[in-house]
Amino acid sequence: MRPVYMVSGGVSKFEKARPDATFQKMVKESFDYAMNDVPRLKHSMIDGSVASYFSDHFSRQLMAGIMAVDYLGLCPKPNKRIEGGGATGGLCFQAGWEAIASGRMNVCVAFGFETMSHVPTWKGNEFIALASDVNFDYPVGGFYSGYYAMMVNRHMHEFGTTVEQLAMVSVKNHMNAYGNPYAQKRRKLTIADVRNSAMVAYPLTLLDICVMSDGAATCILADEETAFKLTDHPVKITGVGTGTDMMRMSDRPHGEVLLAPNEKKSDYRNLKYPGVHSFRAGRSAGLQAYKMAGVTDPLKQIDFVELHDAYTSSEIQTYEDLALCKYGDGGKFVEAGYPFMPQIDYGMKLPKKGTIPVNPSGGLIACGHPVGATGLMQAVFAFWQIQGSIKKHYGDSELQLKKANRGLIHSHAGTGTYVTVSIMERGW
Amino acid sequence: MAKKIPTKRPAASSKFEELMTGTTVFNVPLPADLKALKGMSPIVIKQPYNIEYLHSYGQDSPFFAGLSNKKILGTTCPKCDYTWATPRLACTQCGGETDWVELPQTGRVHTFTTCYFGGEEFLKETPFHLVLVEFDGVDTLLLSRLLGPEQPEDIRIGMKVKAKFRRNSQLKPTDVYFVPAE
Repeated sequence: MRPVYMVSGGVSKFEKARPDATFQKMVKESFDYAMNDVPRLKHSMIDGSVASYFSDHFSRQLMAGIMAVDYLGLCPKPNKRIEGGGATGGLCFQAGWEAIASGRMNVCVAFGFETMSHVPTWKGNEFIALASDVNFDYPVGGFYSGYYAMMVNRHMHEFGTTVEQLAMVSVKNHMNAYGNPYAQKRRKLTIADVRNSAMVAYPLTLLDICVMSDGAATCILADEETAFKLTDHPVKITGVGTGTDMMRMSDRPHGEVLLAPNEKKSDYRNLKYPGVHSFRAGRSAGLQAYKMAGVTDPLKQIDFVELHDAYTSSEIQTYEDLALCKYGDGGKFVEAGYPFMPQIDYGMKLPKKGTIPVNPSGGLIACGHPVGATGLMQAVFAFWQIQGSIKKHYGDSELQLKKANRGLIHSHAGTGTYVTVSIMERGW
Repeated sequence: MAKKIPTKRPAASSKFEELMTGTTVFNVPLPADLKALKGMSPIVIKQPYNIEYLHSYGQDSPFFAGLSNKKILGTTCPKCDYTWATPRLACTQCGGETDWVELPQTGRVHTFTTCYFGGEEFLKETPFHLVLVEFDGVDTLLLSRLLGPEQPEDIRIGMKVKAKFRRNSQLKPTDVYFVPAE
C-alpha cells in the first residue's frame, strides 16, 4: 500500500435548512473551497471521487452521488457511493484512502452531504430509525435517542456515570463551537442549562443530542509525490480501522474486552463486554488504526480527537472505546477535564484541562449532523488543526491547538454498528 | 439538581405551530432583467409521498405467530448452546441453523428509558417506556415496551417484569409488552 495524504478540505456551513441550495450546490461550495486552498491542483489532475450520503428518503433522489459529480464537472471519471448510516462520512474518507493506497488513483475527491431539512424533525427521526431492525426494533420504539438513552442508563448502572458528567460534554462542545463559524449551534451553556432543557429520552435532554442539518464537506486526498507538489503542508493518513457489530443492540453478547496495548486482562476481571454499555465496533476500529499508526499509548501519543458525539453519552462511551481511559472511567475522565481545550474558559474547575482535547470543532452536538457530510467535516477540521491553519479558515485562532501533530477522527453508525477510526499526522 | 420530568410533551416554544401546508400558487412573477434571478428567493413546494408497503417477516414469521398465541419465541443453537431472545435463524457463533424455543414470560429490566419524543409514527404514543428485558437461561435481550410505571424514576434496573399480550394481535412486536411483577 502507498502512503496517502490529505492535501485540502472544505465545508459548507452547517445549517438547519438551506432552501437556497440543492445538495449539488452545497457540495460545490465545499469542493470549491478545497480547490481554492490548493491552487496548484488543476481539475485535470483529479482521477475520481467517492460520494457519501446516508438516506435516500431525505432527498427523495436516487443516484444523487453522480448528480453531484456532474455538477462538479468530474464526469466521466470514476465515482461510487458509500453508505453506512452515521458512519457514512468516515467510511467515505477511508474509501478515498483505499483508492490512493491501492494505486488506482493519484488524486481522489471524497465528498459528502445530507439535506435533512426537507422533512420535519419527527419525520427525520423516523427516517433515521429505519436504520434499526424493522422487524424487531423500529416498531417497538422507532427512535435512536431512545436506544442511546437505554445504553447510557446501563452505563450509569454499571459504572456510576452521572447526568452532570454527560452535561459537561454538551457544555464543552457548544463552548468550543463558539469559535467555529461553520458550526450550527454556537452557545455558551452551563450544566444546569443542559439538565433543564426538555427531556427527550430519559436521561438525555435536548442539549445532550445533536441536531439535524443541511450541509456538505469535501476532502481531497493524494499520493505522496502529488501531495508534496500540491502543498507544503500535507497531512498524512497513518492509520485506518473499521469495526462492525450487530444491528440489534439487544443481541450484543457478553464476553471479554478487546484489550488495547495499554491495558491488561486483569483491568476488566468482572466486566461483561460489550453489553449495551460499550461499543465493540469502536474498540475494534480504534485498535486497528492504532496498530497501523504505531500508537501504543493513545492518551500520550494523540494530540486531539474529533469523535462522533451524536449524544453526550456516546462521547463518554467513546473515550473508553478509544482507550483514552479504561472502560467505566469515561464519566470521571470528562469531570477531571482531560478532553477540554486548554485555552478556553468553561466556567468550571478542571484540573486536567487540555490533556487531550476532544471535539475542538464543537463536534456533532454543536456543529450539526448532516449525516453524509459529518465524518468528512471531522477530517477537514482535523486537517486544519494539524496544518495550524485554523486562523486562516475560522478567521480567528482561538481554537488552534499549540500541539496538534497527530489527530484522530471517529465516525459511528447505528447503536455502534459501523465505526471508523482514522489517524492523521503532520506530513511535512 | 432539581429534576424536571414533564409528563406531557413540552411546547417547543411560544410560537404558533408550524403547519406543513401552504398556498397553491398559479403564477409566479419573473423580473425582466435575468441578472436579478440569482437573488431570487427559493421556491419550496410540498410533495406528498405515500406508499402501502408489503412487508414480509420472512424467516422471523414464527415469532409473530407465537405472540398471537401468547408465547414468546426465541431461538437456540443446538451446537453452541447459545440462546437468543430476539430470534435469528442463523447462529452468530458457528453459522449453523438454530431451533425455535419458548422463552419464559417473566424476566428483569436490563435497561430502560422513557421517550418524551419519538419518530413521527410514535409521537402520539409519547411518553412511553422502552425496556431491554433479560431472561434466565437466555444469552441476549428483548426490546419491548413497559406499561404501568408513571415516571422513569419508578423503573429500576433489575426490576422483575412479566409479559402481557394484546388481546387483538396486530402482528407486530408490540403484541407483547411487559408490566412490573413486583
